[in-house]
Amino acid sequence: MTKILLLAEHDNNTLNEATLRAVTAAKQIGDVNILVVGHACDAVAQTASKISGVEKVLLADGVVFVHQLAEPVAALLVELAPAYDVIMSAATSIGKSALPRVAALLDVAQISEIIEVVSPDTFVRPIYAGNALQKVRASEGKKVITVRPTSFEPAPSEGDAPIETLSTNTTNEKTTFVSAALSDGDRVELVSAKTVISGGRAFGSKEQFDQLLEPLAQKLNGAIGASRAAVDAGYAPNEWQVGQTGKVVAPDLYVAIGISGAIQHLAGMKDSKTIVAINSDPDAPINQIADYVLIADLFEAVPELTDKL
Amino acid sequence: MKVLVPIKRVIDYNVKIRVKPDGSGVDLDNVKMSMNPFDEIAIEAALQLKEAGKVDEVVIATIGVEKSQDVLRTGLAMGADRAILVQVEGEVEPLGIAKVLAKIVGDEEPGFVILGKQAIDDDASQTGQMLSALLGWGQATFASALQLEEGYVRVTQEVDAGLQTIDVALPAIVTVDLRLNTPRYATLPNVMKAKRKPLEVITPADFGVDTSPRNTVLETYEPPARAGGITVQNVDELVEKLKNQAGVI
Ligand SMILES: Cc1cc2nc3c(=O)[nH]c(=O)nc-3n(C[C@H](O)[C@H](O)[C@H](O)COP(=O)(O)OP(=O)(O)OC[C@H]3O[C@@H](n4cnc5c(N)ncnc54)[C@H](O)[C@@H]3O)c2cc1C
Ligand SMILES: Nc1ncnc2c1ncn2[C@@H]1O[C@H](COP(=O)(O)O)[C@@H](O)[C@H]1O
Repeated sequence: MTKILLLAEHDNNTLNEATLRAVTAAKQIGDVNILVVGHACDAVAQTASKISGVEKVLLADGVVFVHQLAEPVAALLVELAPAYDVIMSAATSIGKSALPRVAALLDVAQISEIIEVVSPDTFVRPIYAGNALQKVRASEGKKVITVRPTSFEPAPSEGDAPIETLSTNTTNEKTTFVSAALSDGDRVELVSAKTVISGGRAFGSKEQFDQLLEPLAQKLNGAIGASRAAVDAGYAPNEWQVGQTGKVVAPDLYVAIGISGAIQHLAGMKDSKTIVAINSDPDAPINQIADYVLIADLFEAVPELTDKL
Repeated sequence: MKVLVPIKRVIDYNVKIRVKPDGSGVDLDNVKMSMNPFDEIAIEAALQLKEAGKVDEVVIATIGVEKSQDVLRTGLAMGADRAILVQVEGEVEPLGIAKVLAKIVGDEEPGFVILGKQAIDDDASQTGQMLSALLGWGQATFASALQLEEGYVRVTQEVDAGLQTIDVALPAIVTVDLRLNTPRYATLPNVMKAKRKPLEVITPADFGVDTSPRNTVLETYEPPARAGGITVQNVDELVEKLKNQAGVI
């Protein structure tokens, strides 16, 4: 049976839902061990041990891992790799930074952001911002794979896997953490939200973006997303960007307001179940993929919608 | 100090791509090709460092077909000093690209390599990290700010939860994101000047690197199309449909 080592995504306190989704993909390939790398992250290992179908959790706790910088995380994965056939991670910023290093050090090609497991060695992944799909067979003994979380359901948490603590002497001389500016944890998380309300360039200012979208998002208990143009203009922080270069989301309801629907934006949301477009331009490309199109001025339509919900 | 910027020739980001009906790939015939947008940002970053007097020479390199000379000329017209084409036929995976780039780094000995965070054709986002691992250098990815200091580079990275700033000891690898800068256009006089700048053509065999693919692409196909939607007349109808038809509110 194929043995898989899956890197957990977490912030030393909470296991990210992306990992539960990556486990679902991993279970279609083989037997799953989860690696929790961080510092003072015992709670994360506890949560990981509850994921159904996980055989074992490995916990590597050390100061060198506190910010999960790519160099030490990759070095540890390479150290553990001989016992595994597949090294995997969700395609999060940590996974995307560390896994190609692992692949290069193991001298294997990586398969990025799989959206389907066809068989244990064959996968589907999007290319060209999702405008084409590629079915790829990994021809090599060892495989390095990242998973697009939105394409898989989260694995349930009914398991009870043993936790094994690793001792490592990994060091990191190359990179040093300086500071972080992270979004506040109280918000509905964009990637796992059931409803996402996104705003584009048309909002015109950060004040109008916030004043119009916050109440609507609250009514719908949704997360707020943004187009690149809205982020570039400073209406929203970078971590809210949806698209080819931002986050990929697939909520039950996606509302695109004042967003034209460039292919780079569609790449991040076109797998949403229901899509609503609110746009003043009947010919906006977003209208072609939306289930419900409202041709209206957002400055009138958004307050009215918020009111009537 | 010298900076190396690896660039890729890809289908222009404005073009709607066509998947070949026989499933063998994406149609590249008679399609507008351009420099990968992230790589323009990488070149711009290198040029700004040169203009600030922190860098002496900007070398750009691509691994690609003969026609890739056009994106090298674009980079030279932006202001790069010298270009290298490693001429290949067909697709090379990021691992093969990284191996060739590692050889170029061995020859050129740059203090610093700036790459795009991802190529918009394969959307792999692997090459910079792989090159960094092969060289044993430190890396910063998805940079939205970059400051070159004595012996290290300070980089703000766009991460899932926001921004993270790290220092990377030189020599270093940095991959750049969209918000780092706005790349300059090449002016006509510079386009003319670029024609006379040095462009060296070599082959991977010159380095003894095997670039044959490791994975097999079995099929390339179009994603399922979304069924067309409807236009609602007003907010009331939208609310009604979302409640009763879609059942999402
Ligand atoms: C390499 C690359 C990567 C990219 N990655 C991303 C990405 O990840 N995510 C992303 O979003 N973009 C990305 N882009 C940018 C993308 O190409 C578009 O430029 C961007 O999505 C446009 O944002 P927008 O729709 O908000 O703005 P615009 O295209 O300007 O659209 C504004 C829309 O608002 C409508 N409007 C105007 N006024 C009103 C009003 N009063 N009421 C209602 N509607 C109104 C207009 O009709 C228009 O449709 C990328 C680009 C490149 C080159
Ligand atoms: N064929 C190539 N030649 C030179 N540089 C490349 C090539 N392919 C990718 N790169 C560089 O690696 C970055 C990331 O590409 P990728 O890993 O394919 O997403 C690009 O933005 C380029 O800077």
